[in-house]
Amino acid sequence: MSEKRTCLYEKHVALGAKMVPFGGFEMPIQYTDIADEHNAVRQACGVFDVSHMGEVLVEGPDAERYVQHIFTNDVAGAPIGKIYYGMMLHPHGGTVDDLLVYKMAEQKFFLVINAANIDKDYAWMLAQTDGMDVSVINQSEQYGQLAVQGPQAEALTEKLLGLECAELAFYTFKTIEAEGETLIVSRTGYTGEDGFEIYGSHAYIQKAWDILVNSGEVKPCGLGCRDTLRFEVGLPLYGDELTDELSPIEAGLGMFVKLDKEEFIGKEAVAKQKAEGVSRKIVGIELAGRAIPRHGYDVEADGKVIGTVTTGYNSISTGKSVCMALIDIAYAKLGTPVQVRIHRKLQDGVVTKKRFYEKNYKK
Amino acid sequence: MAKVIEGLYYSESHEYVKIEGEYGYVGITDYAQDQLGNVVYVDMPEVDDEVTAGEEFGAVESVKAASDLISPVSGTVVEINEALEDAPELVNKDAFANWIMKVKLSDPSEVDALMDAAAYEASCH
Repeated sequence: MSEKRTCLYEKHVALGAKMVPFGGFEMPIQYTDIADEHNAVRQACGVFDVSHMGEVLVEGPDAERYVQHIFTNDVAGAPIGKIYYGMMLHPHGGTVDDLLVYKMAEQKFFLVINAANIDKDYAWMLAQTDGMDVSVINQSEQYGQLAVQGPQAEALTEKLLGLECAELAFYTFKTIEAEGETLIVSRTGYTGEDGFEIYGSHAYIQKAWDILVNSGEVKPCGLGCRDTLRFEVGLPLYGDELTDELSPIEAGLGMFVKLDKEEFIGKEAVAKQKAEGVSRKIVGIELAGRAIPRHGYDVEADGKVIGTVTTGYNSISTGKSVCMALIDIAYAKLGTPVQVRIHRKLQDGVVTKKRFYEKNYKK
Repeated sequence: MAKVIEGLYYSESHEYVKIEGEYGYVGITDYAQDQLGNVVYVDMPEVDDEVTAGEEFGAVESVKAASDLISPVSGTVVEINEALEDAPELVNKDAFANWIMKVKLSDPSEVDALMDAAAYEASCH
């Protein structure tokens, strides 16, 4: 099966990006160097093509009831303009996907899902509409999306794109009329820095990309640094820290699962996990040396395998070799000594918090 | 264009060996470091380890990926380039000056199976 391309594909190629398959799309992993792009976002401003992300519109008299049914976070009576992060779960508690829910109107929600899961999610979402007066429409093909991220994101989004976004609070959005269309602009991101995500037509996204990149003030950034950035601040990636078999409780994301809600798919399973405790958990591990723990490597303790690395790097911001790993709960306490097997050798480490670098959100 | 040095022996997996008497200095080529991008970690063998031609002896890692190092020669590791432990980026600065391990060769004739500079340069195209 050939990979899909976003509306910015030709621009990535023209910039000399190294293109790789990701989530069914041919995406730029880096333009120049992952560390340079990473540092641009931590220190100044970078722009990412995230047009591969999926968008699903939920609309109708039962829109809120439907979202409450499929989503772990609680959107009951939410104000228009608010955004919620949470998951869609299988009845057994495993994660269908993690997503953002934008409340557009009293009967209208905009759901942003992972590229790799668009087909799976949409089929699953349609299967949950029985008895609901709601329409669920996959709009993924019509939207392009940019993420403008970094401490200068607010100033440069306003100056270069003319989008007034300074007053937006973290995890809120507004619609802005520009270039004859309605854009969605939110104060969200996946880097641990302040920043915005902009949803619009392919034509608008192409134009905005050119303005930002040609300004010389915003660095084009690939998925390589998107991963190193999100990892350093402990944000999960579906497929690594959340999967069909892994629940948000096991992933340490219980704060996005509202068990006081009357009902949602998977509630019984995750409520049981919370009450009885889980047998495994995603933790952070910091290694003593520089050897790099990578996805799939074994974590060991007491001479046996106790888990697996889900994501790991030599952190660009701190220089330390760190990872997130799914390990046996018996070893999950902070400070527990564990080892990671890297190229046949065991490297000493210790269980830490998953946050290896402090977030710098503007709240 | 990546640099190639005359007088060294090259493998298809982009390692070189520089022969000095009964010893060989093994590293990765300039072409390899360029393809790999910024090196952030070099996983080296230990002194006294036995290495075998055609087999893995370590790894060289960029931010995103680990690439196995394949030894072009067989023998015993007598020295590793300890400077790479704290400054792996030296491999990017000068891959030929910054060899990874020094091997006491057990079979010096193994280099006959490797490429010379001209053949290696041609193979990179």
